[in-house]
Amino acid sequence: MTALLDLSGLTKTYPGVVANDGVSFSIAAGEIHALLGENGAGKSTLVKMIYGLVSPDSGTMRLSGASYTPQDPRAARASGVAMVFQHFSLFEALSVAENVGLGMENPPKLRDLSQRIREVSEAYGLPLDPARRVGDLSAGERQRVEIVRCLLQDPRLLIMDEPTSVLTPQEVDILFTTLRQLAKEGTAILYISHKLEEIRTLCDAATILRGGKVVGDCNPREVSAAELAERMVGTALVAPKASKALTGEEILRVEALSLPPASQFGTPLRDISLSLRAGEVLGIGGVAGNGQDELLGALSGERVSAAQCVFLEGQDVSRLGPRARRKAGLLAAPEERLGHAAAPDMSLTENAAMTAAARKGLLWRGFVDWAGAKGFAQDVIAAFDVRTPGPGVAARALSGGNLQKFVIGREVLQDPKVLVVNQPTWGVDASAAAAIRQALLDLAADGAGVIVISQDLDELLEISDRFAALNEGRLGAPVPTADLTIEQIGLMLGGAHDMERVHV
Amino acid sequence: MIRLERRPTSSKAWGAASPLLAVALTMVAGGLMFAALGKDPFLAIRTIFWDPIFGEFAWYFRGQLLVKAAPLILIAVGLALGFRAGIWNIGAEGQYIIGAICGAAAGLVFYPAETRLIFPMMVVFGALGGFLWAMIPALLKVRFGTNEILVSLMLVYVAENILASAAVSWLRNPDAVGFPGSRNLSQWPAAANLELIEGTGAHWGVMAAVVAVIFAQVMLTRHLIGFQIRLTGAAPRAARFAGVRPARLVVLCLGVAGALAGMAGLFEVAGPAGQISIDFASGYGFTAIIVAFLGRLNPLGIVAAGLLMALTYVGGDNAAGNLGIPGAAISAFQGMLLFFLLAVDVLTNFRVRIGARKVAPFSGGPG
Amino acid sequence: MDLGAISPTLLIASLMVAATPILLAALGEMMVEKAGVLNLGVEGMMIMGAVAGFIAAVEGGSPWLGFFTAAMAGAGMALLFGFLTQVLLSNQVATGLALTLFGLGLSALLGQGYVGIKAESLGRVDLGWLSDLPFFGRVVFGHDPIVYLSLVLVAAVWAFLRFSRAGLILRAVGESHDAAHALGYNVLRVRMMAIAFGGACAGLGGAYLSLVRVPQWTEGMTAGAGWIALAIVVFASWRAGRVLIGAYLFGGITVLQLNLQTAGARIPVELLSAAPYLVTILVLVLISSRAGRGGDAPADLGKPFHASA
Repeated sequence: MTALLDLSGLTKTYPGVVANDGVSFSIAAGEIHALLGENGAGKSTLVKMIYGLVSPDSGTMRLSGASYTPQDPRAARASGVAMVFQHFSLFEALSVAENVGLGMENPPKLRDLSQRIREVSEAYGLPLDPARRVGDLSAGERQRVEIVRCLLQDPRLLIMDEPTSVLTPQEVDILFTTLRQLAKEGTAILYISHKLEEIRTLCDAATILRGGKVVGDCNPREVSAAELAERMVGTALVAPKASKALTGEEILRVEALSLPPASQFGTPLRDISLSLRAGEVLGIGGVAGNGQDELLGALSGERVSAAQCVFLEGQDVSRLGPRARRKAGLLAAPEERLGHAAAPDMSLTENAAMTAAARKGLLWRGFVDWAGAKGFAQDVIAAFDVRTPGPGVAARALSGGNLQKFVIGREVLQDPKVLVVNQPTWGVDASAAAAIRQALLDLAADGAGVIVISQDLDELLEISDRFAALNEGRLGAPVPTADLTIEQIGLMLGGAHDMERVHV
Repeated sequence: MIRLERRPTSSKAWGAASPLLAVALTMVAGGLMFAALGKDPFLAIRTIFWDPIFGEFAWYFRGQLLVKAAPLILIAVGLALGFRAGIWNIGAEGQYIIGAICGAAAGLVFYPAETRLIFPMMVVFGALGGFLWAMIPALLKVRFGTNEILVSLMLVYVAENILASAAVSWLRNPDAVGFPGSRNLSQWPAAANLELIEGTGAHWGVMAAVVAVIFAQVMLTRHLIGFQIRLTGAAPRAARFAGVRPARLVVLCLGVAGALAGMAGLFEVAGPAGQISIDFASGYGFTAIIVAFLGRLNPLGIVAAGLLMALTYVGGDNAAGNLGIPGAAISAFQGMLLFFLLAVDVLTNFRVRIGARKVAPFSGGPG
Repeated sequence: MDLGAISPTLLIASLMVAATPILLAALGEMMVEKAGVLNLGVEGMMIMGAVAGFIAAVEGGSPWLGFFTAAMAGAGMALLFGFLTQVLLSNQVATGLALTLFGLGLSALLGQGYVGIKAESLGRVDLGWLSDLPFFGRVVFGHDPIVYLSLVLVAAVWAFLRFSRAGLILRAVGESHDAAHALGYNVLRVRMMAIAFGGACAGLGGAYLSLVRVPQWTEGMTAGAGWIALAIVVFASWRAGRVLIGAYLFGGITVLQLNLQTAGARIPVELLSAAPYLVTILVLVLISSRAGRGGDAPADLGKPFHASA
């Protein structure tokens, strides 16, 4: 079989980082080829080069034997290379058809295009209404828009960047059926992921990247997940152990919490109730955009709800803002590190004072004790192994993993009664992720209540005592994690609220 | 090819150097402008920037410097607080006018009483007038989400009309004939904003500006409110997460700026201007915007920027008198200064890389 | 007071004349904002258009040359703004303010020798018997070409944004520059073109003030028209048709208060002169309380874009 795409010696350097170092491999027509690697392994850079967003410093690419040097994504698309992005390249205020049209070189008239979208989306089992506004679609439906946009151009190579991170297990199955059908028709698929089981079910070949270099090629069906993981990470990781602390007193109770959406395309919270015990880790799973941010905001106090909704140790804190809740012991760490959990342009000292000023006694009549704040920042840096020259550095200068360690550490070291975190290990390398998970487990072991909101089901199964699913702003009843399988979770995420059925 | 590369941490050195570079570039461009007007550029620059401080009549000009700088600094310090938090009050000119009218009117009620209480009371009313005028955009923004830029600016034009009506009707000096205007406050000892140290031009407004600068500097660097202001400007979402209440900050920033601008108006009307007249509004409220940015929204920087800007006014008058350079040239000059400052500011956050981004990379490599 | 002195025919006809400068400027700014850029320097571009147009018309003897020069001057100012905000990534609010302050100063400087003289104005378009119709002849068919040009421009902008591919790309850039960049569109180029268009429109609007509406040059003659244009874009929820309504509404208020002043209404002159600004504030409040959090504004309005690969 001749290669459709052949990469040889691709190198790309950014100031201070070699993102790709002599990467070579090839993909055949009709092949589903996995590109496997941790965050920061250089997958994104490689894909950007293939899609014409970045030019390599050296090395060659050949497409069907001919030299391939796309100057921009348009050139890439013209050559038959299409891409579905991890972070969607969609326009919320525009319609599905307009979004699809923007991704095409010579789109037909809007009415014909709508017809084509209907045909193609139905042929591949991805139903879509071309007239709807993208902002009103679910994450899974948005991905369909991207895929249909690609399919309308009859691509020879389809690049999929972490496509399943926003999908329920059932939606993943539908996607895989579509991809297999495409491969059968001769389209090559470059499938980027760090989820090993997915790759083992779907892909015919795998290239593993680590630190910008190819560290192995294999047939993922013949290799165990553990072996793949070890090659991807380089060292065998110690998985954190679930705490065995007995569940204590109820520390946080939420009763019938409802909030209207904060913005035009936001998700409302609908009638959320939960109970958290001291020493417990409650995992809340859900597909992106089902109210995770909103739930965290409602618990942190960023958005205040009606009275009698949120109780901390029996006290009604529903009407209190973030500062008062923090004082009472209810702390949080939001998903978005830069701009939400931390101010990118401010120093780590300032970022430490941002949430810790009151609880760490850094305020005197409204005056901030900057020396004390610096000391606290240094404590966080030391305790959580944050790699940085010092507390005077701006938050945006830190890598994702280091900043995340800092953000989580800042809250953990304030000795919270309840800590709510959203996506604590998103985009973080494996060792940092393990450290963060361990810190959360230790916190619970010391008697705090911890709520972990995450889209990573493996993570939730690993660290939480009970699991609940968030779907369109509704929270299902929590179920002990030990009783659950991935399939059952899938049903819960898909909105099967009848927990009895899941239990059977 | 030149391209920009984001610095991981903004450069402190360029942050301090960029205003100086901007001033230098403006002098060059301004010199070209003067040359185009048919004036000797070197003579013009010297007349504007050198003579008022070191020239023959410096004894007169130096006093004028403080007189002009005080309102600019007072207003700019207030504006800078808001600008830091992303709250854009650009209607300081209106707050300045209303403050002057309120303070003057409050004093004139008691004319011709002679008690020491009148001037302090006028200052309070001046601040109050500016504060209330600024509360209009503040409360509309908090309550309805109305854009404070447009509202505060519209209110300048409304204030100018109120000024006109005050000068020609309800504050008009009943004893005077001729050009309409209020009684002269600077000639009424109980209400006059006196020069405190003779020959320096330092009136009460200068004292107020010094106090405001110190107060703002301490607040921004040491106090929680200052931290909240900076945080809101740097990352609004993080600020809400930290517990900052945006509405409170809007009211605070606009209120302080309004009160300071109102006070500046009062000091002006009771001192250098002397009376409420149709042409009382002199654009200090707008020039203060330039001063705030030129001072890097930093109270101490604003002192330097205010003095520099005052120098362009004083020197501009000097140049107008001696060289016939039109007053408008000075406004253009000031606008240019802000442009250059914004342009060189790029160096604070970005590194300029010269040399091609490798566009033709497909050289070498095996195969 | 003699309300009978106010003729509805003349009122409507002069309303259109009063509204045209703001209509042009607001239409241009709407395109700029649709592309995701907030240019607060409309006032500065308008006044530069006013002075440049006036000078060119006086020196060149043709009002058309004046309008052309004004459009170029406005676009030139706009590109200065574009260079600073798009290439050097300066703060858009601050740069827009700088543009206005600079424009006011520079225009006063340039216009020094032109105060108090007259330039040749535009004639009315003679539409034959149509212009002789009672009422309609004066109201609809008796204007100068720029009034019609501005109306044509409204329709053109509407159609461009709604039907053309270029218009779709422009809207896409304003909604999400990152997504547009990822799809391979040149965000910088699209925005620079929109900015230049906006500047040209503002320049035309300014020249209409100095060449037709007033018609002469005085310092600071735009008197906040540029800011009102910005307010009208918000009022119009970024739609061309509503920009037209907003501008004519505003023109109506301006003309009405002028008529009331001359008719000797027992309302203080100052209150009447302040009326357009007060009404603008009122409209802004009504719009913002209804729309909540700026629901129709382009999502990336005013956000800086740096293509860090």
